[in-house]
Amino acid sequence: MSAQTLATPKFEVARETNHVQLSGTLTLAEAEALWRAIRAETDVVTEGTLDFDLAGVDLVDGGAMALLVHARAELRLRGVRSELVGARPSVQQIVSLYAGDVDPAPRKKREHEGTLAQIGRATFEVFEEGQLVLAFLGGMVLAALGVAREPRTANWGEILPIMEKAGVDAVPIVVLINFLIGFVMAFQGAVQLRQFGANIYVADLVGLSVVRELGPLMTAIILCGRSGAAFAAELGTMKVSEEIDALRTLGFGPMRFLVLPRAIALVLVMPVLTLFGDVVGIFGGLVVGLVSLDLTVTGYLIETRKALTLWDVSSGLVKSLVFGLAIALISCQQGFATTGGAEGVGRRTTSSVVTILFTLILIDAGFTLFFHAVHL
Amino acid sequence: MTSTATSTASSATASTSAGAETIIDVTDLTMGWVGGATLLEGVAFTVERGDVFVIFGGSGCGKSTLLRHLIGLSPPLAGEITIAGVGRPELEVGRPQYGVMFQGGALLGSMTVGENIALPLERWTDLPRDAIGAIVRAKLRLVGLLGAQDKLPSELSGGMRKRAAIARAMALEPPLLFLDEPSAGLDPVSAFELDELVLTLNKSLGLTVVLVTHDLESIFKIGKRCIMLDKETKSIIARGDPRELRDTSRDPRVYGFFHRTTGAQASELLAQPTQGGGS
Repeated sequence: MSAQTLATPKFEVARETNHVQLSGTLTLAEAEALWRAIRAETDVVTEGTLDFDLAGVDLVDGGAMALLVHARAELRLRGVRSELVGARPSVQQIVSLYAGDVDPAPRKKREHEGTLAQIGRATFEVFEEGQLVLAFLGGMVLAALGVAREPRTANWGEILPIMEKAGVDAVPIVVLINFLIGFVMAFQGAVQLRQFGANIYVADLVGLSVVRELGPLMTAIILCGRSGAAFAAELGTMKVSEEIDALRTLGFGPMRFLVLPRAIALVLVMPVLTLFGDVVGIFGGLVVGLVSLDLTVTGYLIETRKALTLWDVSSGLVKSLVFGLAIALISCQQGFATTGGAEGVGRRTTSSVVTILFTLILIDAGFTLFFHAVHL
Repeated sequence: MTSTATSTASSATASTSAGAETIIDVTDLTMGWVGGATLLEGVAFTVERGDVFVIFGGSGCGKSTLLRHLIGLSPPLAGEITIAGVGRPELEVGRPQYGVMFQGGALLGSMTVGENIALPLERWTDLPRDAIGAIVRAKLRLVGLLGAQDKLPSELSGGMRKRAAIARAMALEPPLLFLDEPSAGLDPVSAFELDELVLTLNKSLGLTVVLVTHDLESIFKIGKRCIMLDKETKSIIARGDPRELRDTSRDPRVYGFFHRTTGAQASELLAQPTQGGGS
């Protein structure tokens, strides 16, 4: 309740039999009071004529005029004849600009989409998306075959820089996360194993689960967040700024030029990072073993060596190869599918990360079932 | 000239007007969205070698989309586009036979300007590195950007980016250059310089230029021939020399465009008897 709001408004609204007399200065700054005043005078009228007399209006701005025009339209839709009359020329210009002197068209109701239509549209979108994915995979196979035939046409120079960005730069975070995973798992396991005096088996627990499962998966999840998002955003931005079209007009296939180096780089980088992850994961377990389970370094490592076979390690690495390929292909596909500016890039980046995470889990489950089925 | 029967047969379509060689031939082109609305229907026109050919029209009439069809980025719904020496425009099939400048330049953001221009040369020629460097510098000098070689596209202004994109499009010395809205978003001086550049390239090299624009000054200054597209009728509503069209066209839509007025006002102006008597 400051003095400002209590100050008398610069306009006046008064109703006589069949017209509303407006005078003073009508501005957006006082629109709320103006709106209430107009509503108070017009809401009660349901038939006959109610004109707005603007003869006393010195000045009106666009916002205030929009309210007047709306009030008039509402009256006329209720069957009340209403005009904006008596405006001096300067005010009349604003009236015309805001279409206050033409018959108001009834506003179109926004049509609500029925449930069936929504389902139909969603289904159609899924098919369209599927078509894009298939076209992308087809293009990728063609590009790979083309490069196999003509190795000169590939963008080999790009592979090392991408490996550096996606691989070398990711080492610290991969090491840290995997160490913590090994550490936490050993800690959780230690509480249980200690009850049975089976302290030493924490080495088996950590070794097997890190090497077979968690090492490859955690590393892939980190790469998904780092490189998957980066690829999708980068290619998406290139798509919306017509850089990919430009590449094509210069005779470069975007598949060979952009996707292939990224796919090769990730496939090469993933197993190496996974191996790092495996080692530090085991090290994380070792730290817990030493600190809270009274194990010795030698004892822990010998037990780990006994628990792991070469296949345990290499199956994890095989998985990581496929993870790397999936991350590169999905993120590039999402990047290429980007439309519609900055917002589109954001949407595709999000959807790239979510799709990759989902696919990683699916692939992991597939491998687990497959290895189980063939007794590996 | 008449020694080989096959060559005369194949060039029969090209001899639409005496002495001029057709470089782009568009027949019965329909474009739009598959299963959706169309933008243009049954459009036909030809571009001759050495032309500065302007495609213009109001917003949303499909001029940029038409350009995308001409360069082969979008396939037509119906009809044929033939580029001399190429056939149907196709991308990624070999050394490009025409250059394209996109609206925003579309330089690769991860590379310097020099690397952008060197890119097609490295891919499509066997030139040694220093020779490529020499060509890159020559191209940059041509577009007035000498010294910007090691800058990233993001460090350039809009006009400089467009000129660098022209340098890249010209790297392989194509006989045909497409420009998408060269003067959009440029200040008058930069737009003037870009027009001058296009004229110089056209005159000195005999380069054929096809450009999309709605900048009137540009159209009058550099356009030798033009077509005007119309959203309502989905067709070409005017063609010929833009200056001639400006002075003689009685079509209110064409008159309105060239004289910066609405079609309705143009109709009124055209209906006045003095206008007709004057010409």
